[in-house]
Amino acid sequence: MEKPVNQRAWILVIPVLLLVAFSSILPMMTVVNYSFQDTFGENIFFWVGLEWYRELLHSERLWDALGRQMLFSAIILSIEIPLGILVALNMPKKGVWASVCLVLMSLPLLIPYNVVGTIWQIFGRVDIGLLGRLMSDLGISYNYSQNAFDAWVTVVVMDVWHWTSLVALLSYAGLRSIPNAYYQATKIDQASRWSVFRYIELPKMQGVLMIAILLRFMDSFMIYTEPFVLTGGGPGNVTTFLSIDLVKMALGQFDLGPAAAFSLMYYLVILLISYVFYTVMVSIDKSEAKQ
Amino acid sequence: MASITLENLAHSYLPNATSEDDFALKEIDHVWEDGQAYALLGASGCGKSTLLNIISGLVTPTRGRVLFDGEDVTSLSTAERNIAQVFQFPVVYDTMTVRQNLAFPLRNRGMEASYIAERVQRIAQMIGLEDALQKKARGLTPDLKQKISLGRGLVREDVNAILFDEPLTVIDPHLKWELRTQLKSLHQEFGYTMIYVTHDQTEALTFADKVVVMHDGRVVQIGTPKELFDTPAHTFVGYFIGSPGMNFIPVSVQGKEAHTNGAVIKLAHDYGTPAGELMLGIRPEFITLAKKGGMQVKINRVQDVGRHKFINVTLFGAELNIVADEGFSMESDMTNVEFDLEKISIFRDDWRIDPVAAHAGGKGTR
Repeated sequence: MEKPVNQRAWILVIPVLLLVAFSSILPMMTVVNYSFQDTFGENIFFWVGLEWYRELLHSERLWDALGRQMLFSAIILSIEIPLGILVALNMPKKGVWASVCLVLMSLPLLIPYNVVGTIWQIFGRVDIGLLGRLMSDLGISYNYSQNAFDAWVTVVVMDVWHWTSLVALLSYAGLRSIPNAYYQATKIDQASRWSVFRYIELPKMQGVLMIAILLRFMDSFMIYTEPFVLTGGGPGNVTTFLSIDLVKMALGQFDLGPAAAFSLMYYLVILLISYVFYTVMVSIDKSEAKQ
Repeated sequence: MASITLENLAHSYLPNATSEDDFALKEIDHVWEDGQAYALLGASGCGKSTLLNIISGLVTPTRGRVLFDGEDVTSLSTAERNIAQVFQFPVVYDTMTVRQNLAFPLRNRGMEASYIAERVQRIAQMIGLEDALQKKARGLTPDLKQKISLGRGLVREDVNAILFDEPLTVIDPHLKWELRTQLKSLHQEFGYTMIYVTHDQTEALTFADKVVVMHDGRVVQIGTPKELFDTPAHTFVGYFIGSPGMNFIPVSVQGKEAHTNGAVIKLAHDYGTPAGELMLGIRPEFITLAKKGGMQVKINRVQDVGRHKFINVTLFGAELNIVADEGFSMESDMTNVEFDLEKISIFRDDWRIDPVAAHAGGKGTR
């Protein structure tokens, strides 16, 4: 049967096209434009071709930042995902305490990024911070503004404090959607607590965990505000992650061309990793369903 | 296999229940005989799942005891009772294969691998899952998943009883019949004690030797499908069993006559002069429409469903349903109904009463 052809449907698509064009595509194209040119101000631009890309790919600075970034995301995920699941498993299932828990857990999520940074910045200060002062009084050397390891620990703890709730809440939602009959069946089958987790809870949480991992990965890969507020990427360069480096390059040094090339490559890396991750998860899902 | 005895059992989901209304399950005394197939029939929320969960040990009763073969198991856990339970929605371990699913309860009990393999094979053969053993449980159809669920129960040799909690709810209609027949033949072949909860009367009546009808937290009647049909002990049984259900006419009774709205319906037996709220009950199958004789009615509508005709009439202000056979030919001047007098039941305050005379045909009901 032949379908009726009606080109008027395009009219309905136009508003969205316009919106996306002005909010995403055009700004992005400006960045693309910058990345192929050089300028010395006064709005005069020179075509440099792939020069900036070539330069960046050989720059140690970018690779170091990327390495730090990867390490940070890996640490964050390996702490927050198991911890979030653990918290979700131990949350009350119903009643007043369940609501209290939910409210308390969502509080960190509602705090603006730079406030989180400021809170920890002050909290960890050796002179006036509760944590920093306490540590130094206890004789533990802790100084995030001078010691690289301490800076890393602080940034990681800060992120865990800020975002574990998200993983926990998502996992909790996944757990709550498991019908009671599953737990009853496992009782009848005499399954151990570990078996219940391994064969019932974990498979049922797979979907939400995938979203949690994806969200936490993207967000931690783009982290900027917290380390910036804490130490501005220091001490030295040890907490200079990709975003911080990018901003330094674009606004600090006003190297618009290299910064544009940087942001495009940054964008592609995130897109690529997320895409690979998503495809792998979905194909696992599909192949399991097929068997 | 074991016989299951419920002693003065009652359950409330409220922490300190006092009045009868607080109880989801009111006082029950009953013995489920070894090797019988029972159906637990009732409307949603009547307490049948509660009763099932008490038997399986998932719920601890507020009062009373549960005995398996005379042994008190009230405080034992589900696993210790060796109960198999099939739930409304198929419960399978998604990430495992069918074989691993069936082996799971045995593995958890630390059985030997060779024994497990042999036992799993046998059970798979019994329930027709042999071909699917290597497959992942996740991708299977609901009916196969329910079979896995059943198989996980059967795989234990020491299983005392198999409980079904509306197991066919999510199964396609054309497979329901097949699965139910298979359950029935499993029962006949291996003599498992089976308790089958359902709100579908067809399911209950075709599956069970004995049907236990529950209403409002109470067992109102236990009997064979025929007993439930012929001599319902409670108006709920009359209304719930049969399609359409029993017709009820509010009456007052004096001896062999029932009075309603000034008219008289003759009864086959002498009921004396019972007090209380009385109802005359007659099944739609036992009313015939005729040209004259009996009582005059107003015909409201006729539905022809092929094998039957459903006729709805008004008698003394009460609506009655009549079921007429396929062969029955309707004529426009059929304005009277006749009751099959032997099939009339009289209910007092919702419970069936027997005629007073000793020679009466109505049997004891409980």
